[in-house]
Amino acid sequence: MPKKEITHEPFEIRDCALAAIATGQKAQNLKELRDNIETVVPGSIAYHFWAGKLRPRFDDPEFNNDFAAWSRHALHDKILAERLGMIDPTSFDKREEMKQELLDIIEERLDESEHIPWTSADQQFYFITSQTVVFSARKTIVKPAELVSVVPEMTSSSIFYHFIDARRRTFGHIDDFRAWLYGFEDGYRDLCDILSNVDPFFSTLPELRQQLCEIFIDYFGKER
Amino acid sequence: MASALDRYAGICGPNVIDQLRQLVAPLKGAKVIHVNSTRTGGGVAEILAKLVPLKKELGIDVSWEVIDGDADFFKCTKGFHNALQGNKVEMPESLLKNYEQTNHHNSEELREKLEDADIVFIHDPQPAPLLEYCPGRRGKWIWRCHIDASRPYRPVWKYLRRFVSSYDASIFSLAAFAQPLPHVEYLIAPSIDPLSEKNIELDRSEVESVVSGLGVDLERPVMTQVSRFDIFKDPVGVIRAYRLTKKFIPTLQLILAGGEATDDPEALSVLNEVRTAANDDPDIHIMLLPADAHRSINAIQRASDIILQKSLREGFGLTVTEAMWKGRPVIGGDTGGIRIQVVNHQTGFLVNTPEGAALRARYLLFHRDLLKEMGEKARSFVRENFLLTRHLREYLTIMVSLLHGRGDRIELE
Repeated sequence: MPKKEITHEPFEIRDCALAAIATGQKAQNLKELRDNIETVVPGSIAYHFWAGKLRPRFDDPEFNNDFAAWSRHALHDKILAERLGMIDPTSFDKREEMKQELLDIIEERLDESEHIPWTSADQQFYFITSQTVVFSARKTIVKPAELVSVVPEMTSSSIFYHFIDARRRTFGHIDDFRAWLYGFEDGYRDLCDILSNVDPFFSTLPELRQQLCEIFIDYFGKER
Repeated sequence: MASALDRYAGICGPNVIDQLRQLVAPLKGAKVIHVNSTRTGGGVAEILAKLVPLKKELGIDVSWEVIDGDADFFKCTKGFHNALQGNKVEMPESLLKNYEQTNHHNSEELREKLEDADIVFIHDPQPAPLLEYCPGRRGKWIWRCHIDASRPYRPVWKYLRRFVSSYDASIFSLAAFAQPLPHVEYLIAPSIDPLSEKNIELDRSEVESVVSGLGVDLERPVMTQVSRFDIFKDPVGVIRAYRLTKKFIPTLQLILAGGEATDDPEALSVLNEVRTAANDDPDIHIMLLPADAHRSINAIQRASDIILQKSLREGFGLTVTEAMWKGRPVIGGDTGGIRIQVVNHQTGFLVNTPEGAALRARYLLFHRDLLKEMGEKARSFVRENFLLTRHLREYLTIMVSLLHGRGDRIELE
């Protein structure tokens, strides 16, 4: 049910572009992966959790981070892949905590293994980090119902910025849409509940944009 | 007439072009120069011929300079190219001296421009020493390596490293291709140009006319590999995969299309092996095409049901990208950049043997609906990730990053 719309802090649509940077660190076995996680720049761990969707790669529907996907596809260690795949990057307030969780899981697996899982030279894990350039998409909306018309026009990277990247910027690790909607007097709680059920990690960015479009159209109606 | 950016907007969507316009705002007025060693021929010239006009249209003050050299200079840089790709190439001292002198000579003419630029992109090893001869440079210098340098011949890399180490940054195509250097190393994957002769949409009549002229029957299934006659592309393995598939699909035809092997003894030897393996089978079409036969290759790819790229070792594999852009699923070797593009059951199949390739070819030719669906996914994947517009966006991002900040996040107003 559409709510009364009142004047509020405008929502600026922003966009981002990623410059990927090689760290020069790589791993061919699980022990090397552990050792590199300890020493690599913190941005690299974040990159391998968050940036997969902005990289030229086909979306892997099974895993939401590169460590899990590599454990499965290169080390062929299904158990480790399942454990790493369940790490929720939004549940950590600090990067250091996420790194420690990764290390704990890998060390547990090393303790369980008689042999160190290994892969071929051409399947190594390359640690990458990135610089993100954030810029204005030169669109601002003041009413939530305008989401119906602006979301279909957003680029994939803008969807990434507001719906995924936001979770490491906002209080409570939520997307920018909810962070904005909660600020209204009546809070759009029901719409925010629907948005909170969208798991951003298992669809491509164009699919995610489509899903958000449908939610906003269902809620506000098409003619806005 | 529509501008180039408008034409790309017709393919990628207007929001992708809008994004480029927004990203370029902080670069307005910046002087940017690209330097390489040839205006035509080869992948680098091809990409610069597209990127430079697009950057201009976006409002960047960009120019493209080409260095001159004599036959010995190019003999030397061809040796560098092969050595960076892992071949053991011994470089005579005289050639190295000539390489440095040629760069010195070119720097006399280019110095003023280069020293005045905000950003200088030096492409590949040919002009790499220019930096040394521009001591008054005020901008950022970036070495762009287009070569798979993952396993370079060490003595040659050691020689080249002393020139490229002084740059402010370098760019490699994949993380696996990067070598340790004392500066930031950006990654930009290659791309294809959807408006080039090699990739532009063709009428069905043109496709039929080209392929029928080559003796291929379009009423029957066709599988194709487009690549150099190189042992690492495994053309003989492709013929074996074709024969295994033909037992089940007797009407199948195979096209092996590659460049003319005029002056490359290794290619000639592989070509002879291929001819022997083909054994005059009238359904195997071995085509030696001139380097500029882009439109014919385009037609061949569009006439094919399946594209193979059964490489045993591969850099990025732009022929895979080209095939996928034409809506064809690819059966590719499980190696290098093919792995980034071909995803099992999504955009094609990764295989390790001729048997594996044959099994997947049979599967796709039997499940025609899946073949079509995977082809559509492949095209959409290329549209999102491997078109020139993405390449341009990443160049702009790096330029903004170099001129406007450090740290892992740069917020532009």
